[in-house]
Amino acid sequence: MSMEATTQVGVGLPSAKPVLFGYTSTQAIALAILVALVVLSPTVLYPVFLMKVLCFAMFASAFNLLIGYVGLLSFGHAAFFGMGSYVTAWTAKYWGLSAEVAILLGGLTGAALGAVVGWLAIRRSGIYFAMITLALAQMVYFFCVEAPFTGGEDGIQQVPRAKLFGLVSLAPDMSIYWLVAGLFLFFFLFVHRVVHSPFGQVLKAIRENTTRATSLGYRTDDYKLIAFILSTFISGIAGGTKALVFGIATLTDVHWSMSGEVVLMSLLGGLGTIFGPVMGALIVTAMENYLAQFGAWVTVTQGAVFVICVLTFRRGVIGELGAKLKLAL
Amino acid sequence: MITILGVPGPLLFGQLLLGLINGAFYAMLSLGLSVIFGLLNIINFAHGALFMMGAFVAWMLLNYLGLGYWWALILSPLIVGIFGLILERTLIRHLYKLDHLYGLLLTFGLALIIEGLFRNKYGSSGMPYQIPSELEGATNLGFMFLPNYRGWVVLAALIACLGTWLLIEKTKLGALLRAATENAPLVQAFGVNVPRLVTLTYAGGVALAAFAGVLAAPIYSVNPNMGSNFINTVFAVVVIGGMGSIMGSIVTGFSLGVIEGLTKVFYPQASETVIFVVMAIVLLTRPAGLFGRTA
Repeated sequence: MSMEATTQVGVGLPSAKPVLFGYTSTQAIALAILVALVVLSPTVLYPVFLMKVLCFAMFASAFNLLIGYVGLLSFGHAAFFGMGSYVTAWTAKYWGLSAEVAILLGGLTGAALGAVVGWLAIRRSGIYFAMITLALAQMVYFFCVEAPFTGGEDGIQQVPRAKLFGLVSLAPDMSIYWLVAGLFLFFFLFVHRVVHSPFGQVLKAIRENTTRATSLGYRTDDYKLIAFILSTFISGIAGGTKALVFGIATLTDVHWSMSGEVVLMSLLGGLGTIFGPVMGALIVTAMENYLAQFGAWVTVTQGAVFVICVLTFRRGVIGELGAKLKLAL
Repeated sequence: MITILGVPGPLLFGQLLLGLINGAFYAMLSLGLSVIFGLLNIINFAHGALFMMGAFVAWMLLNYLGLGYWWALILSPLIVGIFGLILERTLIRHLYKLDHLYGLLLTFGLALIIEGLFRNKYGSSGMPYQIPSELEGATNLGFMFLPNYRGWVVLAALIACLGTWLLIEKTKLGALLRAATENAPLVQAFGVNVPRLVTLTYAGGVALAAFAGVLAAPIYSVNPNMGSNFINTVFAVVVIGGMGSIMGSIVTGFSLGVIEGLTKVFYPQASETVIFVVMAIVLLTRPAGLFGRTA
């Protein structure tokens, strides 16, 4: 069989004319609705649940930057999320660092690890890239099981919600909610900005035709690596934020099933769409919360969603919606 | 007592044997993965789950039907093979024209479903499976005691691997399979039923995984996670070997098992990660893999 694929992962719709910071008018309206939802929903929904959604939305947006716009499927993103989570938890608990520094260190850890993993993995593409990232993430997992600082099976527990800038207490749920919401909106806009920058255009060119991008004089490997590091940085931030919210960092965050979960969120929401990962994170988190009482049925349901998505709506919820309305969301 | 490089002989040989056994499983699983990949162009993420299913079917045959190990060795691959056949016919078939990544995502979903269902029914703790009475005990080889069952596993795996190699390299069916791997439309134009060949290949690869599962049942406890524990390492093995050659998969599988065993003797802390380190070195020096063809 030929190696040419007829349908590419994450090819978006032709984008309409941007009006503001790369946003089309419909995207701007959708963004306004998103901001309103983020601000208003804690009045009706449990803030801790919402913060979980926002952390995963950040994580999924970071993941989507790679799969949706560079065409790289990383199956090892849990490594960066989990290591970010461990480092933030450790520095907040034992060094007493303030929240923003601890989270930033989590992000930098993700980026540093991402630089190494990316440097190795971009030598191959397609399914090999997926297998390599999975294998290297597994190595990180084994490291976390053995290393003393992670607390092994217990994880790092009772992490204090450190003060923001050393001043503002984050102990009440609503205080930390604003931090999480701010971080989420910042990185959501950041990913969008990256995608619509000249840099992002080159990434898309690489996704569409790597050989041609190379022949046009772009150092495709450098572009891929930078995108990978950006993605892993945000993943680390997301992991660190989640550790502060829940006061715990455990092996669950570095396990391969977490890598699978972020893939599921992006796929379900819509690969290569701006709002898809957020929608995916919301659906998957809500589903897990609801199914938590039924034991392993969570896994079965996740698997079933994977199968149904791949067979029937590969563009994901937002992608299909956008296609119906003829909009690029 | 003999010591080799400061390590007591029995310890060294014991770990070498364990390494060979792990290597046998790596070889059988990566072999199936690369044969399936060659023809279907998908990475079968469900391979680990189907390996686990092979072990579970053996356990079920014994506990529900009273059929012992030797029956399981034949029936379990057959049953799981038929299951694979159904999966290919009903689900995987629809993806051949799409990006390969969708195949990976679909089979990943299947793996989650299969594992989740078994975990619901049987829990996460393992269930014991007895070594068949014919293979109990151990043989004194002079320099070490060889548990008979473990010797049998290495032997059976070698036979299965070489059998697969002979089937693919030396028979008419294998020639068709290799031809279809090179150029499916052309082979189809010669009147060969390629879709059936594809189905059979998937079923065959999956049956091999189930066979490995039955062999593994008495060594590891039969539990729903046994597949996913293996499959990540097997992926690394596949990357190291490259998916171009059958013999390459077999040799890579066994040698990485041995390397892992030796690491356990000389530097136990690294034993779980050594294969991934090897993978990193191979990626730096021969990105296509040791036996791989650059795609």
